[in-house]
Amino acid sequence: MSSAAHISPETSHDLLLSLAGVTKRFGALVANDAIDLTVHKGEIVALLGENGAGKTTLMNILFGHYVADEGTVTVARRDGGLEQLEPGAPQAALDAGIGMVHQHFTLAENLTGLDNIVLGTEPIFRLRRDRTKARAKLNELMAGSGLNVDLDQPVHKLTVGEKQRVEILKALYRDARLLVLDEPTAVLTPQEADSLFAILRKLAATGLAVIIIAHKLAEVLAVSHRIAVLRGGAKVGEMKTTDADHNSIAEMMVGREVPVSRRTAREPGKPVITLNDVTIDRGDSRRSLHGVSITAREGEILGIAGVSGNGQAALAQLIAGLDKPDSGSVEIFGDKIEKFDAHTFAQNGIARIPEDRHHDGMVGSMTVAENIAIEDVRSPEYQKFGFLDFDAIRKRAEHAITDYDVRCPGPDAPARLLSGGNIQKLILARVLEKSPRLILANQPSRGLDVGAQSEVHRRLLEARQGGSAVILISEDLDELLTISDQIAVIHVGHITPAMPTDAIDRSELGLMMAGQKAAPHAPHATKTTNPGETA
Amino acid sequence: MIRFEPRSNPGPFLIYGVPVLAATIAILLAAIPLALAGAPIFKAYGLMITGAFGSVFSVSEMLTRATPLILTGLAAAIAFRAKLWNIGAEGQLYMGAMAAVAIGSGVVDGPSWVMIPLIILAGMAAGALMLIGPTLLKTRLGVDEVVTTLLLNFIVLLFVQMMLEGALKDPMSMGWPQSEPIIDSAIFPPLLERMRVHIGLIIALGCAVALAVLVKRTVWGFEIRAVGENAPAARFSGISVTKTMVLVAALSGGLAGLAGVSEVAGTRGYLATDLSPGYGYAGIVVAMLARLSPVGVIASALFVASVFVGADSMSRAIGVSSYLADLIVAMALLCVLIGGFLTRFKVHFDRKSTAG
Repeated sequence: MSSAAHISPETSHDLLLSLAGVTKRFGALVANDAIDLTVHKGEIVALLGENGAGKTTLMNILFGHYVADEGTVTVARRDGGLEQLEPGAPQAALDAGIGMVHQHFTLAENLTGLDNIVLGTEPIFRLRRDRTKARAKLNELMAGSGLNVDLDQPVHKLTVGEKQRVEILKALYRDARLLVLDEPTAVLTPQEADSLFAILRKLAATGLAVIIIAHKLAEVLAVSHRIAVLRGGAKVGEMKTTDADHNSIAEMMVGREVPVSRRTAREPGKPVITLNDVTIDRGDSRRSLHGVSITAREGEILGIAGVSGNGQAALAQLIAGLDKPDSGSVEIFGDKIEKFDAHTFAQNGIARIPEDRHHDGMVGSMTVAENIAIEDVRSPEYQKFGFLDFDAIRKRAEHAITDYDVRCPGPDAPARLLSGGNIQKLILARVLEKSPRLILANQPSRGLDVGAQSEVHRRLLEARQGGSAVILISEDLDELLTISDQIAVIHVGHITPAMPTDAIDRSELGLMMAGQKAAPHAPHATKTTNPGETA
Repeated sequence: MIRFEPRSNPGPFLIYGVPVLAATIAILLAAIPLALAGAPIFKAYGLMITGAFGSVFSVSEMLTRATPLILTGLAAAIAFRAKLWNIGAEGQLYMGAMAAVAIGSGVVDGPSWVMIPLIILAGMAAGALMLIGPTLLKTRLGVDEVVTTLLLNFIVLLFVQMMLEGALKDPMSMGWPQSEPIIDSAIFPPLLERMRVHIGLIIALGCAVALAVLVKRTVWGFEIRAVGENAPAARFSGISVTKTMVLVAALSGGLAGLAGVSEVAGTRGYLATDLSPGYGYAGIVVAMLARLSPVGVIASALFVASVFVGADSMSRAIGVSSYLADLIVAMALLCVLIGGFLTRFKVHFDRKSTAG
């Protein structure tokens, strides 16, 4: 049993969680360095930090997945007294009322929301299912918080935002008093994120404590009461949100000044890729396009805005050479493409940055060098008579590692050791080194920290300056509005005509993404509608 | 409480030492069934060692047994590398053997340097075709190759039986269902006078080295590794997954077919339905013991072959069931699987304690 360390209730009657001097080492790496953190009832604390700053390790210690080398985790019991949490015991964390919503949901897709929520809380051997009580409790929770979901739908039919609500309900159903959300907005549209924040504030008002792990500053400023910043495993700052400002936090996270990406004026050149009335019908709106016509020109970034699952995947597959149109045509530099094939596309100056960099972007067990050369191993530069020229492959990797600042043990290290930001740098190095004519960037900065994000933007702008055409598919409006020259909106497989970014109103864009507004011919038509209502 | 933490970088001891340790533990564990059978344990181990290594003859027998195991082990290793789960090496072996017999039993004649490559090519082609079919079904239609290749084993064996009762039947066999013998110029010459070990061993060793070079150093090998480790990423980067899979199928099926050729032309001299005592299935064990490394397959095939030959001879000498050999091989596989897990994860045994 764990030893109980009582602290006088007078000094800490609101205190719910206290981490004191938590240190965790992995070999030579200090993942957490004497971190102190407290959370009070009804408080929303944002835990900010770049990838690799130690956020996840800290939460793993809190949940008993890891045992801290030093330091203690103390939780308030339900009766108010404080008790040290047993290290390395996930069950103790659950019993203490700590609930977690992971970035990648842990739901059984074929079961309903209700099934998922009660799963594991019911006895295994039972003659009869009685869920009236569970349903009543959940209805009460939903009414109180605004977490409305149809609990009788199988989870795979729910939107991402709804799945997240199921996850939160799951934690609350188990009487969580502290809710930890790992990158909760990474998968949400701006409107969905706003409504999540409204819910969290409501929940906090009822006494729930919340920790949000995040790296998007604007959101953190909008929702949290207090901000703690981690860098390199140590806590480098903590402040009330009301005292915080955007730039100083960004610098605190990255440890240096963050360059702001800005477009410089540039006249677009000749069309590089033109889609003429392209239709791809796969029977499912996520994977279909209907009569799409777009053009990307030299020296221009064409942003494609849209809520996830509206045909972006189909568009990306087409431009990556992985799918071909059912009808309509694709012209690259005026030549009609007959052969849609990823290898041919990659060899003909199309740089492709995949949406899911872990899944499609790299082979984890192969080396960094092999992953950089993967598109080109058949070219005479890297092979002779079918035998690989490892010197050439390694030399290219060494260049790429220096030029793109890929943090890795070396060209021969397995790529799976790299962090998300470094994998993205590796992919940039792979595709941009060949001075591409067209760049397909599909969610290029999703899930990256501030530093890596600004690096991606800098590289894309640099390529634009050099005359490449860029098609930027993104769900991040800030990103689109910052670096695109033109923006088109994709909704259920239809794409609006491109509009110059300078003439676009943010809330109007939100409405078009939700399909409630056609592309304006006069860009300043209506600006009165509140985008929050469309979520 | 036991916890598992992934290791980031297993050292050389873990990679090479663990399989050896696992094999040793499996042999030591064999003492339990030996004791249960009432055999004198130390004498039994002694007999097993002399059975496999005690004389030139026993070594020759062991190497003869290792030859098809190397080939089917390589067949499984290369297929599993690409995540093509070929469970059909047994069937591919019989198809290879049948092709060798169809061509090598007198239909064509020529000098050895023509006939031996000819029946090898025929057998490899037959084995390859047996796997390319299921592979295309997998890549085109998503049909599970475990099911198709496994079931094809039975179909092939029945087909061989049918042919041995019909078109391929040897009229001189006095009614036994066996094929006409391979003609002399197509027979694999023995490596040692009056011993059974034959040039099939050299061919198998050559295949292992060639396959190791292919996997490590060539574009094909690069593509096979990429498709095996992460097919979506390989497809995205422009590697044709279907072409790579078909190539792997041809290599894997071809190697299994070659094992069949080597058995009919090197050991048996004719085809019968008891040509293989499950070499195709044992190849899977050999490949797993070798962690899918082509050169490692040589070592693990020698291990499995010496267990089989040693246990065979021991069981005859002291009257224990020769199934003991299967038991040791199975235990070695289990030990290697556990060892593989321990290579990837660090195990912590925590005392329930307070943090400090």
